[in-house]
Amino acid sequence: MKEALEKIQKGALAALEEAKDSKVLEEIRVKYLGKKGEITAILKQMGKLSADERPKMGQLANKVRAEIEESLSNAQAKIKEKMREQSLKSETLDVTLPGKKISQGQLHPLNIVMSEIEEVFMGMGFDIVEGPEVETDHYCFEALNMPKDHPARDTQDTFYIDENTVLRTQTSSVQIRTMEKTKPPIRIISPGRVYRSDTADATHTPIFHQIEGLVIDKGVTMSDLVGTLDMLMKRLYGDDCKIRLRPHHFPYTEPSAEVDIMCFNCGGKGCSMCKQEGFVELLGAGMVHPKVLEGCGIDPEVYSGFAFGLGLERLTMGRFSINDLRLLYDNDLRFLRQF
Amino acid sequence: MNLSMKWLNDYIDVSDIDIKKFCYDMTMTGSKVERYETEGAEISKVVVGKLLSVVPHEDSDHLVVCMVDVGGSEPLQIVTGAPNVKAGDYVPVALDGSTLPGGVKIKKGKLRGKESNGMLCSLGELGLTTHDFPYAIEDGIFLLGDDCDLTLGKDIKEAIGLNDTSVEFEITSNRPDCMSVRGLVREAHATFGRESRLTEPEYTGVDGNINDYLSVEVKNKELCSRYIGGIVKNVKIGPSPRWMRERLRASGVRPINNFVDITNYVMLEYGHPMHAFDLRYVDGAKIIVRNAADGEKIMTLDGVERELTSDMLVIADENKPVAVAGVMGGEYSGIMDDTETVVFEAACFDGPTVRRDAKKLGMRTDASSRFEKGLDPRNCMPAILRAFELVEELGCGEVLNTVIDCDYGDNKEHSAEFDHNWINGFLGTNIPEADMIKYLESLDFTVRDGKAIAPYDRIDIECKADIAEEIARIYGYNKIPSTIITGVANAKRTPMQKFKAKIKSAMVAQGFYETATYSFVSPKSLDKLNIPADSKLRDPVVISNPLGEDTSVMRTTALPSICEVLARNYNYRNMSASIFEIATEYIKTEGVLPDELSRLVIGMYDTDGNVDFFTLKGVVETVLESAGISGYEVIRAANSKCFDETAAFHPGRSAVIVKNGKELAVFGELHPDVLENYGVGTRCYCAKVNIDESLKLSDSKKVYKPLPKFPATTRDISFVCDEDIPAAKLEKTISAAAGKILESVTLFDVYQGEQIESGKKSVSYSITMRSQNETLTDEQADNAMKKVVKALSELGAELRG
Repeated sequence: MKEALEKIQKGALAALEEAKDSKVLEEIRVKYLGKKGEITAILKQMGKLSADERPKMGQLANKVRAEIEESLSNAQAKIKEKMREQSLKSETLDVTLPGKKISQGQLHPLNIVMSEIEEVFMGMGFDIVEGPEVETDHYCFEALNMPKDHPARDTQDTFYIDENTVLRTQTSSVQIRTMEKTKPPIRIISPGRVYRSDTADATHTPIFHQIEGLVIDKGVTMSDLVGTLDMLMKRLYGDDCKIRLRPHHFPYTEPSAEVDIMCFNCGGKGCSMCKQEGFVELLGAGMVHPKVLEGCGIDPEVYSGFAFGLGLERLTMGRFSINDLRLLYDNDLRFLRQF
Repeated sequence: MNLSMKWLNDYIDVSDIDIKKFCYDMTMTGSKVERYETEGAEISKVVVGKLLSVVPHEDSDHLVVCMVDVGGSEPLQIVTGAPNVKAGDYVPVALDGSTLPGGVKIKKGKLRGKESNGMLCSLGELGLTTHDFPYAIEDGIFLLGDDCDLTLGKDIKEAIGLNDTSVEFEITSNRPDCMSVRGLVREAHATFGRESRLTEPEYTGVDGNINDYLSVEVKNKELCSRYIGGIVKNVKIGPSPRWMRERLRASGVRPINNFVDITNYVMLEYGHPMHAFDLRYVDGAKIIVRNAADGEKIMTLDGVERELTSDMLVIADENKPVAVAGVMGGEYSGIMDDTETVVFEAACFDGPTVRRDAKKLGMRTDASSRFEKGLDPRNCMPAILRAFELVEELGCGEVLNTVIDCDYGDNKEHSAEFDHNWINGFLGTNIPEADMIKYLESLDFTVRDGKAIAPYDRIDIECKADIAEEIARIYGYNKIPSTIITGVANAKRTPMQKFKAKIKSAMVAQGFYETATYSFVSPKSLDKLNIPADSKLRDPVVISNPLGEDTSVMRTTALPSICEVLARNYNYRNMSASIFEIATEYIKTEGVLPDELSRLVIGMYDTDGNVDFFTLKGVVETVLESAGISGYEVIRAANSKCFDETAAFHPGRSAVIVKNGKELAVFGELHPDVLENYGVGTRCYCAKVNIDESLKLSDSKKVYKPLPKFPATTRDISFVCDEDIPAAKLEKTISAAAGKILESVTLFDVYQGEQIESGKKSVSYSITMRSQNETLTDEQADNAMKKVVKALSELGAELRG
């Protein structure tokens, strides 16, 4: 019997050695270890043995079984590893083939930049306020210290609906509406469409977008205006960005300024993009004119404030190096898909 | 305003300051320089020469051979074809290697075998006209006159005074004082701290009573606050001297004759327009300043007859208007070669009136652009005195020593409170009071008794913020510190702003690109969309002065905007398009302003046919879902009571979304006629969602529902029914019949064709049931299905297989 067991073990181990796939292994397992397998068959004969021999043989049989099981599991592991290797090899891809994309759209470039600016202002505590585009002459001009026949109106070629109704030329009209309704402190931006009677060319469209800001409170100073614009530009363009103020005139602010930003292209050295100036004109700003405050029922002796207006198109064109304004309103998908 | 730097240097010496720095510094104190231009910059190696001899060319009947002395050791031989040269003439000589305006280069060469070492120049070749040198001829060599430096070999630009620099300032509308040399001298003085040499004009005059020559009556004193008339007799009309012509040229004004030039010169120097009349043509020798009569006509100096209205102000004589006040003179008001007596006018007219008159008549002039900004009547007297002074200096007439002065000006002081503490508080600066006073005084302000008093031509000074600006700009805007606004502010987006953001991100996530379209459209765009003639959409807000018909009305529907973009992309041969925009529609109201309504418009096409009605419907449903809108009904577009755009859609392939009786959206395939109108050769799908109404019905509140504890049972069912029973009805029937345990009904097949009787369709649903309390038994599910089958059979549906 001992010999028989040893023979079984030898045979099993040899078979395992030969085995090349998991199917053969299974056959081996059944043949030797299965319910009807050879070891079981041997064990069935145990009854014929003497009481003396039985435990010895039992032990031996178990040992043989354990050894076969171990070898089997080793062989299984080996074969699994081999198969895994093979399958990995066979599944190897050309990773340079194109990816499968889930199609996604995109916001219009103007609104990409608009959202960014809105985020910056919200972070600085500015509410976003909107107002009508078809506006009364009063809110668009008169309340902004530009009575009828005021020469400054010439700088804003206006579309008229009738004598007293216009397409707003600036979103400052929203500031007036806000000041009339809201008690200071006021901290708002008013983004939106504005209209000027300019024929479309590379740098003009009859419709464009402005983002105007207004801050009214006790003790607001011109240095606060400088600081606010400085912070805005640094957040939009990075800490190295520099601004420059030049005296200018707007009927609704006093003092008034035009604000330039250091040319991104040359860093202020002067290049063809900035016409050798080192700076590019960016926005208009100033301290809200006391007449404007008064007209809105805010006492200029108690409150002061500043306002500024940014042109969204200019910022967008600068950001994406777009050289023709009309592209923004042509809506060619070959253009829109680039952002 | 174009400033001659020579002229400026007459009154303040800044000639040693680099022109770039000059422009930069002036800009930074508030006089913005647009550009500058140096005269004759393109001219080099052109010198003064004297013709020693002029002999005909042997081999030519029109060329002559000249020997020219250009101050060198040897005379030059130059061949020319000009007929007007003779020995002894002084001429401009372009030497070998010289350059002329327009990029012309001169090199020596041979003309018919004769060596020519350069070229003799005409006025035109130097970029000049006979206005600059009236004694020269257009088509011949420029023979230099006594007013030129005739030193041989002298650079021509120096010799003829073609060496000024003209600086173009962008003067803002509040600073008419800076539309003058004197105003800019003042600014330069404050900017550079150099001494200014401005003087007051003086003249001698001849005795005579002006009333013997002229009378003046101002009928409208409100619109004409001052009128000064002066007389110059025995005038000698002729060209003005070179220095005057030069300065006019550099200022962009063409020299005409001495009297016209004097009025222009004074306008440029003092910023005050003047006028000169020929007394012969002033009927009755009487000047009347009055309103025009309606329909009255005047032939203006530019030879155009213009009809006037009674709100316009004119200068008239006894019989006729002779000038539109402050705008332009009449045909006969000008100075002729035989004029003997000149009337000088220095007057002050109401700015808004001049602006309106000039605009109405379509003639903006140098004069009107100054008057309209508001001039001070006190500027009239210095202006006319300067004109007198110039007449005497030029020796071109005798000035009467009396004038008629009708002065109705209020001589208001232009001043404001000066409080250095307030100014520092307002600017956020710490400028010492003494410095502030110094800055103000450099601008000719007087500071006293807590007031800063501006010179009278500073009509813009009204309040203390104006004073703060004066100080800030001379102190330097960029020296103002940068501080952070204090105080707490809480910014938040409005519900509408959040709602729109959600809609946009839902559209972008579905692969759509946002567009930006014009808000104005052509009224014909509605024809293209088949919109009925009586539709309310046909009553738009109309722009009274549009750029063209295509942009003449504010859109009442955003649909044409999106169709336009689809058509454009189709024409660009873009194979597919998926676009959207949140666009505004402008709807007239009873009130002053129209309603401005927000709409989501969607457009798509795919030339490969990968999109259809249901793709679009899915998009619309997804966007509504993400905007918190559910529980709506979809009905055929033909049943819409709200959307007039339904006419633009395919009648069988368009629908409207209704919730709580409110129509929120219309969508579908565009009508084939519309596609044809837009020239699009592929099916297009469009939708319009009313955002304002949708926001009201949106509910974005999310409440967690416990995850199911028990398994669901799913049964599939297929049946045949009439083809015109809408799926929505079948689903409703199934839901109602299955009862509480129903979890979902999902359509997975609709089939018509072989094996299905015509007029019928086969429909298959997957029905999922679940109980919250127990595992459903087969029996429970079977019972529910039996009820479903029964309910369906009542609709005439027959179970298949």
